Amino acid sequence: MDIAFIIEKLILISAILGISLVIAMYTTLAERKFAGFFQDRVGPNRAGPWGLLQPLADGVKLFTKEEIIPTHASTFLFVLGPSLSMFTACITTAVIPWGQDLFLFGRQVSLQVADINVGVLYVFGVVSLGVYGVMIGGWASNNKFSLLAAVRSASQNISYEIAMGLSIIALLMMTGTLSLREISEQQAGMNWNVFYQPLGFLIFMICSFAETNRTPFDLPECETELVGGHHTEYSSMKLGFYLFAEYINMFVSSAIMASLYFGGYNYPFMHLISNPNLAALIGVAAFFTKILLFIFFFIWVRWTVPRFRYDQLMKLGWKVLIPLAIVNIALTGVGILIFWK
Amino acid sequence: MNSLTNRKKVLASKQMNFWERIYLPAIINGLSITMKHFFKKRTTVYYPEEKRSFSENFRGLHSLKRDENGAERCTACGLCALSCPAEAITMTAAERKPGEELLYREEKYASVYEINMLRCIFCGFCEEACPKAAIFLDGDIAKAGYIRDEFIFGKDKLTEPVIK
Repeated sequence: MDIAFIIEKLILISAILGISLVIAMYTTLAERKFAGFFQDRVGPNRAGPWGLLQPLADGVKLFTKEEIIPTHASTFLFVLGPSLSMFTACITTAVIPWGQDLFLFGRQVSLQVADINVGVLYVFGVVSLGVYGVMIGGWASNNKFSLLAAVRSASQNISYEIAMGLSIIALLMMTGTLSLREISEQQAGMNWNVFYQPLGFLIFMICSFAETNRTPFDLPECETELVGGHHTEYSSMKLGFYLFAEYINMFVSSAIMASLYFGGYNYPFMHLISNPNLAALIGVAAFFTKILLFIFFFIWVRWTVPRFRYDQLMKLGWKVLIPLAIVNIALTGVGILIFWK
Repeated sequence: MNSLTNRKKVLASKQMNFWERIYLPAIINGLSITMKHFFKKRTTVYYPEEKRSFSENFRGLHSLKRDENGAERCTACGLCALSCPAEAITMTAAERKPGEELLYREEKYASVYEINMLRCIFCGFCEEACPKAAIFLDGDIAKAGYIRDEFIFGKDKLTEPVIK
């Protein structure tokens, strides 16, 4: 393994981590701004021009707040909870293909940290780990509201992961690969999977909302019933980590939806651009545009749809989405038999 | 039977049809409504930077007026204090010395004139009671303060500046 390769990967990893953190940071501002717009308000506009320094102010505020660990909480797990949330939110970005290969200094630079051939499985594994952050945090708090939220969150994620996995199976039957890079490459131009798998995409998207604990599935932090849910006992930057992890999760699931169903870094008429570096960079821009549109959609839905009741959530997950996903698999199988062969 | 208000609604728990049961049309409808609000012109007034204009008869902070020569009109008759339902006004009268004709219009003037803005209810009775047209509630809204003493406005704050 040569030095250049390690440097290349190090730069890529820091860039991706930095970009995802900055995007998550500014998503918090966008959320508050757009919430204002949706409700005919203006949103935060005091810190810097148009409130652009608001995320920094929030960060400074959270860092300087008093750090409280409840006496009867299990200290180790209490600290582990938000750290795990943050960690699992960040590591999913490793398998996402951000763009086509660049040709720099006579080297072919891949814009993907790790092109593992089980990329989709890796994403699912990490996403299922994500619930441990909420669960451990809620459990370690030694607070009944937190514990209830943790239980809710665990059962919600388990229920929706099944539907999510089943909706992906239909996609995998078509693509025949688990590598996110190959799936992206197959969708060259406008050959996006969403046109072949609209139902699968719908199920996947609904499950993404549930997995990221976003409204209408934000039951783990349901203020009206559970005070603050799993982060009731948290203060200072540990609370910040929980809230921030949600935004990173949003970014990551937007990226996954974009690369699985909306063509990833592909864009129409990309074969007309002869310079490969330019084509790759436009591809990266196209990918981020898609991601940002998805993030906007997340925010849009949050300020439109009210929260589900818990039984409705379970009913939707088990009685609607899972059967639908199975029907989708059957339909895809029939479709492949008729049209592909 | 007709209802008294004519706004009676007959509700029926009818079964939802297929399109209503899959919720998606309703959600899309909701999304379009919020999107309409997203692009709507906002009615926010950015308060400290821009202020709404007051109405014609708005009663704000008091000001003690001067006459056309710049002399204070108040003659310390005490009618404003008498008419004040909140008893917010106190004053001390003094006699005008020779040579002060340009400062005070009448032979008697208020050497101390204080309004407690925490007591004042901005009813405007003082304005109505004044026979000399010396006090008007034509100022801004009352300021905020940290200690109670800040709210006792003396002549330094109340008297309108001399127009040069």
